[in-house]
Amino acid sequence: MPDNHPPGLRQGAADGFPIVVGYFPVAMAFGLLAKTTGVTFADACLFSLVVFAGASQFMALDLIKAGIATADIILATFLLNLRHLMMSAALAVRLREVRRGLLPFIAFGVTDESFSVAALKAGKLTAPYMLALNGVAYAAWFGGTVAGYLVGAVLPAAIQSSLGIGLYALFAAILVPEIKKRPVALLVALLAGLAYLLLSRLGLLSSGWSLIAAIIAAAAAGLFVRQDEEREGDA
Amino acid sequence: MTTYLPLILGMLLVTYLPRLFPLLTLSQRRLPPYLRRFLAYIPYAALGALIIRGIADSAAGLAPATLAGVTVAAAASFCGGGLVSSVIAAIVAAYIALSL
Repeated sequence: MPDNHPPGLRQGAADGFPIVVGYFPVAMAFGLLAKTTGVTFADACLFSLVVFAGASQFMALDLIKAGIATADIILATFLLNLRHLMMSAALAVRLREVRRGLLPFIAFGVTDESFSVAALKAGKLTAPYMLALNGVAYAAWFGGTVAGYLVGAVLPAAIQSSLGIGLYALFAAILVPEIKKRPVALLVALLAGLAYLLLSRLGLLSSGWSLIAAIIAAAAAGLFVRQDEEREGDA
Repeated sequence: MTTYLPLILGMLLVTYLPRLFPLLTLSQRRLPPYLRRFLAYIPYAALGALIIRGIADSAAGLAPATLAGVTVAAAASFCGGGLVSSVIAAIVAAYIALSL
């Protein structure tokens, strides 16, 4: 890749194509599950247009179904999205020459996937490149949500229970590749599950707070794993 | 019909601010390593807690099917299956488990 020609709109859209292919079906799953959770079409669209965060949106559906309080869902989302701090911080260094007025728009589209693509891109990052990369991903996320919701509306009720289970299957399918990359992920995930069971059965905290406390405790416990047992550096 | 507007706006805030803040402050400093690891571990912890909660607290009669679905998805994903194909396999497994 020659460095004298910084990547622009076209390159951003091209590099975003794999994300589009990945996002569309997952967003369809969100639309479908939103429908089976009883979320209106307008709200499902708003989730994808306004929040634009896959794991958080799926978690929200699950917690809505469980009747968790709105404030607790928001707090759990906050925890889950704190990781974007380090992604944006890593991008900030490479976006120093971008006009400040454009940064809020670029920031909105920072996701695990767009970050991975941008972080691996050699050379300078430009505003048109970032906006195109994030833009095509955003369009796919919204388009998939609409398509999934419409499919959900015509599906027979008989398979709605198995579709609800698909949510937990999705969580597992997101987690397992991470475990293969970083075995400590399995330990942290198991600890969080056990901590949640313990806390929720004790009954001292609400279900939402049990979840939040379990997440913090398990992520902190993961810090005690010797660092040379894992590969640092990604993200 | 319930509207989730307050939830959606709250989620917008807590999702957007961590994306925006480092870009605006243009912090050159990298976060300290232990903090970066803690932040990286949060999604693993959240997914683990959500999965186990999903199995343990599922509605009456759904627990075996949920366990079957999660197991199939994990196995498919472990064997290199993509997100969507793993989930579809799991939904089929759950459907079979429910009709047994």
